[in-house]
Amino acid sequence: MTILEIVAFTLIKIVIILSLMLLTVSYLVYFERRVSAWIQNRLGPNRVGWQGVLQPFADVFKLLLKEDIVPEKANKKLHALAPMIALFVAFSTYAVIPFGPELQIFNYNIPLVVADVNVGILFVLALTSLGVYAITFAGWSSGSKYSLLGGIRSAAQMISYEISMGFSIGGVLLFAESLRPIAIVESQSGWMWNAIVQPIGFITFLVSAFAETNRLPFDLPEAEPELVGGFHTEYSSMKFAGFFLAEYANMIVAAGLIVTLYLGGWQIPYIDKLGLPALVETLLQVGAFIFKLIALLFFFLWIRWSLPRFRYDQLMNIGWKVMFPLSLLNIVWVAILIMIFN
Amino acid sequence: MNEVQKKTNKRRTKDLSFWERIYIPEIIKGLSLTLRSMFRPKFTMEYPEVKFEPPGSYRGRPVLVQEESGVERCVACGLCSRVCPALAIEVQAAETELEKERYPEKFEINMIRCIFCGFCEDVCPEEAIVMSKDYELAFFKREEALFGKDKLLVPASELQDRIKFLRQYK
Repeated sequence: MTILEIVAFTLIKIVIILSLMLLTVSYLVYFERRVSAWIQNRLGPNRVGWQGVLQPFADVFKLLLKEDIVPEKANKKLHALAPMIALFVAFSTYAVIPFGPELQIFNYNIPLVVADVNVGILFVLALTSLGVYAITFAGWSSGSKYSLLGGIRSAAQMISYEISMGFSIGGVLLFAESLRPIAIVESQSGWMWNAIVQPIGFITFLVSAFAETNRLPFDLPEAEPELVGGFHTEYSSMKFAGFFLAEYANMIVAAGLIVTLYLGGWQIPYIDKLGLPALVETLLQVGAFIFKLIALLFFFLWIRWSLPRFRYDQLMNIGWKVMFPLSLLNIVWVAILIMIFN
Repeated sequence: MNEVQKKTNKRRTKDLSFWERIYIPEIIKGLSLTLRSMFRPKFTMEYPEVKFEPPGSYRGRPVLVQEESGVERCVACGLCSRVCPALAIEVQAAETELEKERYPEKFEINMIRCIFCGFCEDVCPEEAIVMSKDYELAFFKREEALFGKDKLLVPASELQDRIKFLRQYK
């Protein structure tokens, strides 16, 4: 492929991924409202369009028309910058998550990932740590005590859980012997999914992912009843929508990361033995990735509407005294497995 | 064991067992509960299409009971207007040839002021003003909210649920 072709394909992939992400995010909000309603024996939004499918567009339209209020004592520049950082982090992280194997079409081999970075996992970790800045800036620059409390909580929470997250990824990296997401997916061929091989690491990563995305039961930075929204108390209109979008985009990224690292990515076990045409196989595998992603997203929503929020000290206890040792234990377990079978 | 347990040397029933402390089986229990409730019948009434039919104890908009002869029961004693905490009721009495001798020439309830407390109904000696089941009260203008006799008179046959309820419990 020439440089021009690579650029063209990458641009097409970026446009597709970005528009799909935005669409999925808005429908995830709708889906969350429906799922929460079902769990509480209600119906949820079902008026705008057939079964309420146009609800996300109505919501976005409403948010666009709202007045943008900035508090007098706010640090104006940082106040405007914070939602941008949040959105940037949420959307750019997705670049390294592969959603399918190489697509062979018209004599081209197109890898189905925006950027095939060989330190992809480090890239993800670096960017998700940047996400802390968004929330901390938002909390600090608002000039309101509730926002500040939310920002501080968020910083403490994300830093503590990043440690167990990093260590649980360590186990995966030992198996794959690479930081490249595609190599990690390929290392989980057949039923050698990391979720099955190293269940402890899977659970610690899953819990840390919940904490990193600020979802219940770890949504202390927001904590509606105590902090009236926490870091985004003083945000309105599209700036608020920015945080809202970023939260849901982060969920998609976290789900994509879990699928890539632990659930075998796009792979369907033993599909190559069926002898399907290459294109059909590729499309099926992309479908499998999307299916796994949606199942995990449903799991995220399901957990949110089942479990109550942790207390702050319980959160720190679990993070440092349970998750951290467990993720270390997982590394030892993986190392023993490798010693035995290699 | 914590301090309290050391002193009393007892295990409290609320102390968690090992499996409960592991936490994950308990989460799975909770998740299965919420999953089951997703498939239960929904409680939501889709309002404009399906309307709530209240029981006799429901206090909707106050109305005047109209006998089969087409005359209201009200004798314009003015007790309802006297007891009304929101000062929503206005009654003007006049004489009539009928047995009851008095009737309300003007009976007006301001539905913006009414607080649906039901005191008027409680105090009425003639069972002439009762709370109906009507809850759809929305107005575009203040004037529309002034209900005169034309809107207040409702045939007794339509109010039987409430009258039965009052006879049993009042």
